[in-house]
Amino acid sequence: MTPIEKAVRVLKERLPDGVQAVESFRDETTVVLSREVIAAACRILHDDASLGFELLAALTAVDYHPKEPRFAVVYLLYSIAQNVFLGLRVYLPGRSPEVATIESVYPNANWHEREVFDMFGINFLGHSDLRRILMPHDWVGHPLRKDYPLAYEEVQYTFNFDEIDKRKPYAKE
Amino acid sequence: MGVESKLGNLGIVTTTLESAVNWSRTNAMWPMLFGLACCAIEMMSAQASDFDLSRFGMELMRASPRQSDLMIVAGRVSRKMAPVLRRLYDQMPDPKWVLAMGDCCSCGGIFNNYAIVQGVDEVVPVDVYVAGCPPRPEALIHGILTLHAKVKGEKISKYA
Amino acid sequence: MLPSQMEITVDELRNLVTGRAIEGETMLLNMGPQHPSTHGVLRLLLELDGEKVVNCIPDIGFLHTGIEKNMEAKPYLQSLVMTDRMDYLNTVGNNLLYSLAIEKLVELDVPPRAQAIRVILVELQRIASHLVWLGTHALDLAAMSVFLYCLRERELILDILEMCSGQRMMTSYIRPGGLWRDVPQGFEEAVQQFVRMLPGRIAQYESMLTKNPLFLDRTRKIGVISAEQAVRWGLTGPPLRATGIPLDLRKAQPYSGYGQYEFDVPIAYNGDVYDRYIVRMEEMRQSLRIVRQAVERLPAGPVRSNNRKFVPPPRSELGHSMEAVIHHFKLWTEGFSVPKGAVYVAVESPRGQLGCYLEGDGGPKPYRVHFRAPSFVHLQALPLLSRGHLVADLVGIVGSIDIVLGDCDR
Repeated sequence: MTPIEKAVRVLKERLPDGVQAVESFRDETTVVLSREVIAAACRILHDDASLGFELLAALTAVDYHPKEPRFAVVYLLYSIAQNVFLGLRVYLPGRSPEVATIESVYPNANWHEREVFDMFGINFLGHSDLRRILMPHDWVGHPLRKDYPLAYEEVQYTFNFDEIDKRKPYAKE
Repeated sequence: MGVESKLGNLGIVTTTLESAVNWSRTNAMWPMLFGLACCAIEMMSAQASDFDLSRFGMELMRASPRQSDLMIVAGRVSRKMAPVLRRLYDQMPDPKWVLAMGDCCSCGGIFNNYAIVQGVDEVVPVDVYVAGCPPRPEALIHGILTLHAKVKGEKISKYA
Repeated sequence: MLPSQMEITVDELRNLVTGRAIEGETMLLNMGPQHPSTHGVLRLLLELDGEKVVNCIPDIGFLHTGIEKNMEAKPYLQSLVMTDRMDYLNTVGNNLLYSLAIEKLVELDVPPRAQAIRVILVELQRIASHLVWLGTHALDLAAMSVFLYCLRERELILDILEMCSGQRMMTSYIRPGGLWRDVPQGFEEAVQQFVRMLPGRIAQYESMLTKNPLFLDRTRKIGVISAEQAVRWGLTGPPLRATGIPLDLRKAQPYSGYGQYEFDVPIAYNGDVYDRYIVRMEEMRQSLRIVRQAVERLPAGPVRSNNRKFVPPPRSELGHSMEAVIHHFKLWTEGFSVPKGAVYVAVESPRGQLGCYLEGDGGPKPYRVHFRAPSFVHLQALPLLSRGHLVADLVGIVGSIDIVLGDCDR
C-alpha cells in the first residue's frame, strides 16, 4: 500500500464524516475535508509515526466567486521520510468564511494563515495574531478576491495620455 | 583670455561661481542606498568591479539620508513603502536629486495593479528617468551622466 | 494619492512585545525598511535589553507587488514574464518552476536537449545567487573585498545568460515546452571556460573566510536551530541541510532530468550560521559538477516540444505552412487553453523549496496561481533564531538565511 493510500485510509477510519471526497489529478492526491475536522486531520497526519507528514509545504486559498461554496483553502503536506506530497482541501461559504487554525500542529502555518486572511478575508479561529501581513495595516478590502479591482489607474496609451496625465497626482517638491 | 594670459603658470583658473559650485556638486554626489528590488541588484553590479561607479565620485553609498545627495530609487515602490520613501526624501538635505531607475518607478512598469505606485513621481519629484527592466549598469551610468549634465546647467539661485 | 503615515499605538503593540517593553525597561528599536543590512525592504521591530535581542518581529509587505493577482489577468505566456521578477536572484529558476507547472497541467513533453540546457542554466543561476549571497553576507560581516570578487564572477554568468537570451537578469528564456530558441554558437565553450575557472575562485573566497578567526567568531554558535525545530517551522534548502537533514528536491523528486547527473547533497550538523555558509559553498562546487556533466553530454535535437497547440512553430515554417500560421496566430492572440484542475510543483531554489500551486479553469489565463516562497517561510523563524543574540549577530543571522524580499512579498 502506498503511503498516500495508507494516509487516506487512516483519515477515512478516524474521521468517517469528515472526508467528503478523494480526488486524484496528474498523480497528485487531494482529500476534500469538511471544515470542522481539518485541525483533527492535520493532527492525525502529523503525529502518526507511520505517516509522518511533518512539513507544511503550502497553505493557500482560492476564490470561486460567484459560485458557492466560494472559498477553498488548500493545504499541502509533505512527508520527508516517505517523500510524498498530500493535498487537503476545505470548502468555505462566502458569507462568513471561518475555519480553525492549524498553528498548534504546524507552527509555520502562522504567517501562511495571516497571508490568507490578508488576501481573502478568511478568519482563522484560534489564531494567535491574526492581522494583515502584506498590505498596510489600515488597508480596506481583501485584494485577491475576484470582486476586488486589479488596478487603480488605467493604462496610459497615446489616445488617453493627456486626460490621465491631468488626474495624476504628481509630487511637487 | 583676459586675466589668465597674464597669470601664466601660477596655477590659477578663473571661472564663474556657478560653474565651480555645480562642478563640485557633480564630482562627489553621494547616492543613498535605496535599492528596493531587482534594479537594486543591477545597481550593486554597477557599484562593483566591472562597471565601477566610484570613478564618478560615488565611491560609497551612504545608508543615512542625512549624508547623501542623490536618491536612486531602484525598484518597484509599493503602496506600503511610499510614505517611507517620502519621509526619507524629506530627511535629505538640499541640494538633492532623485533618479528613478527602471520601469517600475518611472511609470509602474509591468505591474499595473493595486499594490504598486504607478510611477514614483507621484511621491517625490524626479530629475532623471532611466528606462529598462532592469536597466543595464551602463544605462544607469548614462542616467547618472545625464543628471550631471543637468546639474551643471543649474542656476545657483535654485538652492540659495 | 499617498497612503497615510503609519503610526503604531502602544495598544497594538501590547500583544507583540513583552510587558517589560511597555514599562520602558527594554528598548524598542525600529530597524527600518531602509537599512544597509536587511537585504531589501524588511522592517524588524527589535526589543532590546541593552544590546541583547529579547524579541524580533519582522514586518514584511514593503515589496508586495500583487504578482499573483496580476498573473490571473494575463495569458500563460505573458504571465511567465512576471515570474522573473519574484525572486530576482533566481530568475531562470522561477521561469523553470512556472513552465514545469504548466507542463504538468497540460501534460506537455520536453525534449532532452531542452532539459539539459535548462539544468545548465538553472545551476549557473544557483551559483550566481550564491555568489550574491556570499558577497552581501560577507559585506555585512565587514569583509568588503569578497563582495567585489563575487560580483566579478557573477558578471561572467550574466554574460552567458545574455548570450542565450539577450537579457542579463530577466531572461524569460525557459518557456512551457522547452526553451525560447536554441543556444548560440560559443555557448558550450563559454560554459566550459567558466567551469574551469570557478573552482580556483571559490578556493580564493574560502581562503579569505573559512578559517578566518574573525569570521569564525562572528558565525560559530550564532543562530542555532535544531533539526526538529527546523522541520516544525517549515525550513527547507540550505538552512535545513545545515541541521543534518539531507532533503534536496533535486534528488528526492527529480525534475527536468536531474536523475541522470551525479552529485552530492552537502549537509552539516550544527545548524548555525557557519554551517549554512559551509553548505552553500559546497553547493556551489556540486552545481559546477552538474554543469560539467550536463555540458559534456549535451544531446543534439530540438529544443521545443512539437505540440503546436501549446508551443509556437519555428519562424522558418511560417513562410510556407498555413497550419503553422494558424497555430502562431492562435497562440499569440488568445493563448493556449488548459484543462480544469490544480497542480502543485516544487523545485529546489537556492533559497529552499520553491513551489507553485497552479489552478486552471479551461481558459487561457491562470485562475489562481500561488507561489510558496521559501523566504516567506524562513523569515518566520527569525525570532526563534535571534533570541538572546546581540544586534550585531542579528545582521549575520538575517544574511545566513538568505532572504530575498521579492520572493517573500511577491
